[in-house]
Amino acid sequence: MEICVCIKRYPSLGSAIVLTEDGMAIDTDKLGFTLSPHEECAVEAAVQLKEEHGGTVTLVTLGPEGVEEQIREQFAIGADRAIWVRSETTDVDPQAAAAALGDAIEADGTAFDLILLGSESADNANAQTGVRLAHRLGRPVATAVKGMTIADGTATVERAVGTMREVYTVPLPAVVTVKDGLNIPRYPSVPGRIKARKKPIEEVAGNLADPRIELIGLTVPVRESKGAQDLGAGDEAADALVDVMKQIGVLS
Amino acid sequence: MAEELKAPTSAKCVVIGAGIVGNSIVYHLARLGWSDIVQVDKGPLPNPGGSTGHASNFIFPTDHSKEITQLTLESVRQYREMGVFTECGGIEVARTEERMQELHRRMQSAKSFEIEDTAMLTPAEVKEKVPYIDEEVILGGFWTPSVGVVDSLRAGTIMRERAQEMGALSSLPNTEVLDIEVTDGKVSAVVTDRGTIETDCVVVACGCWSPRIAAMAGAAIPLTPAVHQMKDIGPVPFFADTKGDIEWPIIRDMDTFMYERQHGTGLEIGSYAHRAILYEADEIPSNEQAALSPTEMPFTQEDFDLQDEHAMELMPDIVGDENIGEKYACNGLLSLTPDGAPILGETPEVKGLWSAAAVWIKEGPGVGKAMAEWIVEGEPEIDLHGADIARFYEHQKTREHVVARTSEGFIKTYGIIHPGEQWTANRNVRLSPYYEQQKALGAVFYEAAGWERAFWYEVNAPLVEKFGDAVMPRTAEWDSRWWSPIINAEHLQMRETAGMIDLTPFAIFDITGPSALDVVQRTAMRQMDVAIGKVIYTPVLSPRGGFKSDLTIMRLGKNHFRVVTGGAHGMADRKWFADQLPADGTAQLQDLTSSMTTLGVWGPNARAIVQSLTTADMSHEGHPFGTCRVIEMGSLRVLASRISYVGDLGWELYLPMEQGAKLWDMVWEAGQQHGLIAVGVGVYGTTGRMEKGYRAYGAELDTEYTVVEAGMAPKKVKEADFIGKEAYLKHREEDPVALMCTLSVTDHTSSSGEKRYMLGMEPILTLDGAPITDKSGRRSFVTSAGSAPSLGKHLLMAYLPPEHAVEGKELLVEYLGERYPVVVDRVGATPLFDPNNERIVS
Repeated sequence: MEICVCIKRYPSLGSAIVLTEDGMAIDTDKLGFTLSPHEECAVEAAVQLKEEHGGTVTLVTLGPEGVEEQIREQFAIGADRAIWVRSETTDVDPQAAAAALGDAIEADGTAFDLILLGSESADNANAQTGVRLAHRLGRPVATAVKGMTIADGTATVERAVGTMREVYTVPLPAVVTVKDGLNIPRYPSVPGRIKARKKPIEEVAGNLADPRIELIGLTVPVRESKGAQDLGAGDEAADALVDVMKQIGVLS
Repeated sequence: MAEELKAPTSAKCVVIGAGIVGNSIVYHLARLGWSDIVQVDKGPLPNPGGSTGHASNFIFPTDHSKEITQLTLESVRQYREMGVFTECGGIEVARTEERMQELHRRMQSAKSFEIEDTAMLTPAEVKEKVPYIDEEVILGGFWTPSVGVVDSLRAGTIMRERAQEMGALSSLPNTEVLDIEVTDGKVSAVVTDRGTIETDCVVVACGCWSPRIAAMAGAAIPLTPAVHQMKDIGPVPFFADTKGDIEWPIIRDMDTFMYERQHGTGLEIGSYAHRAILYEADEIPSNEQAALSPTEMPFTQEDFDLQDEHAMELMPDIVGDENIGEKYACNGLLSLTPDGAPILGETPEVKGLWSAAAVWIKEGPGVGKAMAEWIVEGEPEIDLHGADIARFYEHQKTREHVVARTSEGFIKTYGIIHPGEQWTANRNVRLSPYYEQQKALGAVFYEAAGWERAFWYEVNAPLVEKFGDAVMPRTAEWDSRWWSPIINAEHLQMRETAGMIDLTPFAIFDITGPSALDVVQRTAMRQMDVAIGKVIYTPVLSPRGGFKSDLTIMRLGKNHFRVVTGGAHGMADRKWFADQLPADGTAQLQDLTSSMTTLGVWGPNARAIVQSLTTADMSHEGHPFGTCRVIEMGSLRVLASRISYVGDLGWELYLPMEQGAKLWDMVWEAGQQHGLIAVGVGVYGTTGRMEKGYRAYGAELDTEYTVVEAGMAPKKVKEADFIGKEAYLKHREEDPVALMCTLSVTDHTSSSGEKRYMLGMEPILTLDGAPITDKSGRRSFVTSAGSAPSLGKHLLMAYLPPEHAVEGKELLVEYLGERYPVVVDRVGATPLFDPNNERIVS
């Protein structure tokens, strides 16, 4: 089974976000990067399918220098190869991103049975790229999936809608966008890390179309919290603690 | 909700930092009777986000440094008392023969510094203790049963709460220090975002943020935040049944600069093997900005790639298990200093501003105790000269120096560092006026306090042949690393004719003014109210009567004294003297280190050489020993001081730095017909002084030994009061429990038939191999070792208890895993070479 997973890195944030001077992006100078939980679940699902059905897991990502780090991380989990579409930033208009990913997948030529994405990125959360990519490739798409089995050329997927559960079947090849909770992603092992170093990353130039939506700017909301407060110690702290519990609704 | 915390308006002392160091200090200050202590940290309690919070928390007690080992042992004692120490044992394993030798050297240091029950293990014995290692990878191990793991956050909380229970402390978490105010060179207030606290005592215990905080007051704490990588893998099936934090011995894989420790059901793998990854204090994110904590920076896997493989080699069953995942990994920040030692003590820039930085978990509570003693009582019990913040020269405080040296030093965290090893980064900072002449003579330069010092001269190589076996050649690589037989050849030639020695690195400062005599009297043990022109060698005592320093003071005028001291310790001595200056300004200290140079000329022909360059009377009567005066040498006016640290007749010639080169050429030329050679510091610092039994500060002399024990007490005690006098008088009344002795090695032959030469710090043992401890609990070990070419002996200096301090007494010294017979040649300070000093005083 040939599976493709599209991943996108984003900065691993603390509780306070610092913006660049022009207010157009997050200042990532002191930050590490990671994948959104949705995408980690997508890679885990792909690796589990490979373990079950055989085949290869190909990662496709769009981004600047440094994304190899996230690629190697997912190689360590069990992905086999990667296509890296070079771009100056990961902040790409969803239509342009889907087009570039689609180009790369087509150019690669692998007949992917299944293309997985996170349902939305953790930073921009447009929830569009998967759908637009399916359209670009002319494939059916199931979105926001929290359960998936593959049998006889068909994916059976589950979605949570309110308190209900929807179950669909999608014929392969298809695009599926998944949500956190689909599975519990494994941690990379040390031997996985060592193997990851030798796995191939193919670089392709990204031909990004001009964005059709334009970012005007970012602002960080004013935070109310002033950090931890010492309520005292021992019996003396009891009253203050009760007050706090009432305030947050634990006690009435 | 509790009320918003407000800072008190004043405090006896403000301690900035609530990591292991800050918490230890507030407790020990309270224990010593201080109250009204305020502790400030920008982060929350109990883990404010500094290095303590992510520390690996294990403690291997052995270090080649006495003071670091003592701080560690004291810390372990406190951790045990608090019930937060879990003993698990630890093994340092070797993959190479060179490392096996180093492990034997660590055994030596363990014996010298009283770490009990250590042993060398075979690979099979290592495997028995740690079944999950591949014993094929290693050659052996160094076992320390007292290795353990502490809960440093819990320890910090206990100590903080103890201080609070004593009513001595208020802690202000989540409080940012905005400024430190200084008035007339003294600290006066700490400004925080919760208000301003007036105080005349501030302790900076902020780990890797310390440079930023100290800079607010105009002081330098030259450290840099640096990354130490670690990852946690698990759960490990083999550890499924373990209880608590640690049960299995910790492994240090020394040759790969890594460690592996079981941590609950996981295995923590740590590394000091990667490139030096340095930050600036201002680059560290705030608690809010950081994804984990400010000092847990994002892990960079590419720096750990090789370490993954090394860990898998050593512990294939665990690390190589595909089903065991990495649960956590970080680039943890810790503090590195340019010379690797902590930064402790009062800053020389600002009175009342103290530094307690660059301290590891293993030293934390010991440092807390020592700092509190230092602040409250004026002196820590453990000698801390190696960590004293006053040690830094100006250039050593620069960011460039810090970066250069820590980049070079980081990889040596688990390295094999030879006692003579030299730094390569940021050299050629301080050059003596003779530098070019020395280079032309093939000088091999070592560094002392930034100075390039000729250690020996290659041009003297033919002398090795001349003196043959008398140079005591060394065949073993370790013994002869950073050494040359030319040193011993220069020594022998100097004793025959004469040698000139560059002494530019001396720290020189003048004490002047109406109260100058009071200042030097108060500081020096010896009588300073002497005739003008006298040169006095004197111990400088600490309040408890130990050695704060030893140095020479010349009386140049009624109100004018010149202090000359070794370069390595010069800045600390300068602070010590500056601290004794009266507040009314009636005495001043002027630092002449960079404006004066010193050239030593010694040997039987020294008088003929110097006399040929001056019309002044340089005869024994014309210029007696222990006096100084200005003489004309050609067109130069030179302060000639007749003393000797090498055991031969001669002078130290002091003159302005820019005229030094001319003097060198004059002396060189005049000396040619008298057999003069250039002599390096190898003779001055080791062979010459060892033959004369001269003690060196930092080796034989520190605050833990008394003048009586050092055998340096003169018959009379001066009337005038001086620091340490009361203790000194008491020491004179008591029977010393140890005495400084000079021993010689009677058989150098190792089991493989090679002659071996000890380098220092080796334990002295009784004939049945037992370590020797004096009644004060101090071990006997080699404080200095070196050739005595004129005696044909290899000498060792060591303090021995009276029952062993008997001339002719036979003992053993342990060196790199073997024992060699030694004999006590001298008890006390009478030189072995020329005991009546006829060569000097004639």
